[in-house]
Amino acid sequence: MSSEHHEELRGFHGIHRGFPWSHVVGLVVSLVLTFAALWLVQAHAMPHGLLLAVILVLAVLQIVVQLFFFMHFLESYGPRYHVTSLALAFVFTVCIIAGSLWIMTFGGEQTY
Amino acid sequence: MSLAHEEVLSTPSSDVPVEYSTEDGALKIFGFWIFLATDLILFACLFTMYQILHINTAGGPTEQELYDVPGFTAETLILLVSSFTCGLATLEMRRGRRSASMGWLVVTVLLGLSFIFLEVREFVDYVNRGATMQRSAFLSSFFTLVGTHGCHVSLGILWMLSILYQLGRRGISAMTARKIFIVGLYWHFLDVVWVFIFTVVYLQGVM
Repeated sequence: MSSEHHEELRGFHGIHRGFPWSHVVGLVVSLVLTFAALWLVQAHAMPHGLLLAVILVLAVLQIVVQLFFFMHFLESYGPRYHVTSLALAFVFTVCIIAGSLWIMTFGGEQTY
Repeated sequence: MSLAHEEVLSTPSSDVPVEYSTEDGALKIFGFWIFLATDLILFACLFTMYQILHINTAGGPTEQELYDVPGFTAETLILLVSSFTCGLATLEMRRGRRSASMGWLVVTVLLGLSFIFLEVREFVDYVNRGATMQRSAFLSSFFTLVGTHGCHVSLGILWMLSILYQLGRRGISAMTARKIFIVGLYWHFLDVVWVFIFTVVYLQGVM
């Protein structure tokens, strides 16, 4: 029973001793994604709906950057239950947002 | 046979980071991921509300009139860099270097304070231009969403200050290491939420 935590931490590859390149890469990628979104909007690079979709995709990529470069997302003893709970929260998030927007805009744009 | 609450399960070596060296630490880190999942759902509701209500300006100030590109870009850059410095604080904690870890936490707190300063200045500017929370459904939802994020950041700053105090007094232990790791998770999460405020609120508003 007490031995379960003596197993190694999954997703952990030792304490990093050198220059923190992965952190720098994470920062640079997040800055590039931010400026890309800003530039696309300021340049009116594409039609409104498509532009909104593209900058939302860039924002989702920023989640990935934070999770994998900074938040040690894959580290866990045994099964990664926190990944499951986060995945479930993303399902709820999509249901809340998509469902509410669909219901509230049913029948066209209107003011409340 | 069960473990003592704070029993160290392995010596602080390269095979397990300090914050994961006790069952207590590993469990609390897992618990915090569950909290982040619920906080994500809170923000999902607030984003939905904003997206539904932001067209209802009731003849008052509009997004185009209010949002200032250099202002919200500066806020975004400050938070992105603070997420990086917070990651370095966790890294130095794992290396067992207390003063380096504290140094990066201080930088993170200062960046957090400058973010809050810019945000409060933005809100005061809006109110002075007649864009108060009760002016329209758009402004109610704007101040609720962005204000809730600002409250989270303010709480994070107070939290980091209290951890800095403990680190100064006790050094890096299984307990303080776990606190640094968890406040880091919180801070990176807030950075992600801000990226969506940047995208959905500000960029959509000036589109």
